[in-house]
Amino acid sequence: MRGARVPSAARNARSFAFEHPGAVLAAILLVCIVVASALAPVIAPYDPFDLSSLDVLDAELPPWWRSGSDPRFLLGTDAQGRDLLSAILYGTRISLTVGVLAVLIQAVIGVSLGLFAGYRGGAIDSLVSRAADIQLSLSTLMMAIIALALFRAGLGGDALSRYAVPLLVVVIGLAEWPYFARTARAATQVEAAKDHVRAARALGLTGFGVVRRHILPNVLSPLIVVATTQVAGAIMNEAALSFLGLGMPVTKPSLGTLIRSGYDLIFAGAWWVTVIPGLVLVALLVSVNVLGDALRDALNPRARRR
Amino acid sequence: MRAAAAALAFSMRRLAQALLVMLAILVIAFAVRSALGDPLREIVGEAVPEAEREALRHQLGLDAPWPVQLARYLAGAAHGDLGTSLIYKRPTLDVVLAKFPASFELVLGASLIVLLLSVPAGIYCAVRPRALPARLILGLSVLGISVPVFLTGIFLITIFSVWLGWLPAFGRGETIRIGFWETGLLTPDGLKHLILPALTLSSILLPLFIRLVRGAMLDELDHDYVRTARAKGASPPRVWFAHALRNALIPLVAVGGLQVGTLIAYTLLTETVFQWPGMGFLFLEAVTRSDIPLITTYLVAVGFLFVVVNTLVDIASLALDPRISLEGAP
Repeated sequence: MRGARVPSAARNARSFAFEHPGAVLAAILLVCIVVASALAPVIAPYDPFDLSSLDVLDAELPPWWRSGSDPRFLLGTDAQGRDLLSAILYGTRISLTVGVLAVLIQAVIGVSLGLFAGYRGGAIDSLVSRAADIQLSLSTLMMAIIALALFRAGLGGDALSRYAVPLLVVVIGLAEWPYFARTARAATQVEAAKDHVRAARALGLTGFGVVRRHILPNVLSPLIVVATTQVAGAIMNEAALSFLGLGMPVTKPSLGTLIRSGYDLIFAGAWWVTVIPGLVLVALLVSVNVLGDALRDALNPRARRR
Repeated sequence: MRAAAAALAFSMRRLAQALLVMLAILVIAFAVRSALGDPLREIVGEAVPEAEREALRHQLGLDAPWPVQLARYLAGAAHGDLGTSLIYKRPTLDVVLAKFPASFELVLGASLIVLLLSVPAGIYCAVRPRALPARLILGLSVLGISVPVFLTGIFLITIFSVWLGWLPAFGRGETIRIGFWETGLLTPDGLKHLILPALTLSSILLPLFIRLVRGAMLDELDHDYVRTARAKGASPPRVWFAHALRNALIPLVAVGGLQVGTLIAYTLLTETVFQWPGMGFLFLEAVTRSDIPLITTYLVAVGFLFVVVNTLVDIASLALDPRISLEGAP
């Protein structure tokens, strides 16, 4: 090893920042959004869930840069007189929560199946791969729409509103495990053929032990890239479902619900009620996606040529 | 001869598979119907007293064991009878099929935009990967993938309908009836109404297809036959279009087939934004008003579309690519 210089973590980070200036901007934007939404109860001027504080006289006020705005409501108000800024802060929080929890479910299912299939091979492997193919050919969004639509048609809109968060998490989380499974499987197959894994097996470690101690740590980086793009996808699917009226209820709005409830006001001229949450959603998704692309480049330099 | 026989056998097997999947979809639709809906409500409504309901139920055979009812449902389905809509009081299949032209024309418009733009853009990005426009296209495609389709629609409506007032924001406009097909493509008003929805739907597919065309082209351009064609003195456009593109299209057809479900979901979202009176819009109306027979019929119709497209794609890939060998296939 003498003479070879292992670059330090700080140096790595610096060169990453230099090569991907867009990713740094995206990361800063993402951190701002996440922190602001996490601190929503502290920094939001109003509590958007407290219906008693709403005053219809404040309805549809424009944001600060337009005439007729009210200094109490920085980004204006919606049809019920709810402060848009507070609603957006809380809404982003819900969108992020649903997205991250759904991806957690995907990751747990997908990674365990992928590790298992990749390490064992044979019939189990072809079974998992076939199941993954079938699952992917059924579009997640369509399956989620159907599942939630049947729930709503069968048990009614009230039941859907009450259980919206767990339902969305499960419906979005169950469908997209194949992305994790495929990545984990491919990386496991490469790793399992390496000497350190064979040595561990020769030393008498159980299959579970080998996978946990010697394979999983080495296949984590491609999985992190998958997780990033999946979070963006999950947030987008949640927004789409809520926009269709099959997700978060108006009383507990996510960004998608805010866009839906403001949609009718566009034609009345109050476009900001729907466009501002829309822009926040786009900012969130773009920053996650750009960061994901940059991570993929950084962790897999071979793909950069393309 | 052997190859032709193998191709025929393959097509027959795919057809048999497709029929099996359709049967499974119908069984699921039946299960949903029995679990969530009351068939008697379809026929007599809510106003009939309970004792009379029981008598009717017996008379109509609705208290029969479920295998009998399933057989009856499947027999009805074979004749195109999937129940009666609670909202429209008409056979559900008629209601769903009447909305099909609207959805089809929306998808057609969007596909045309995608096809006309993604192929040249994808080829350009593959042959000039370092050029500024190529980087710009790829950068914009990340943005395109990040904007949900319903938001694109809302942004377009805000700009072109509310602010500028150039284009209509909802509905199909003036339509002409040709047989059972109600088309909006033959009137200026109908075409005007199609522009924003078709643009919206294509906005989500375009980035995906540009990336697909680019990736497939990059793969093909690495091959020896491309070098041979260049060495023979074929002009660059001829090499790109006549040689590489033809082969690059094969994986595109397969991936395109896989996207049917997603396309249906995006169409549903676009129809909701623009209140486009298609199948997706109808489905959401049925959901809000708990019209179970209509909901299940929509699911059967969508499942049918999905099965047909996937079967066609499988058979088409076989026809497009002589390298796919069926010898020794299971």
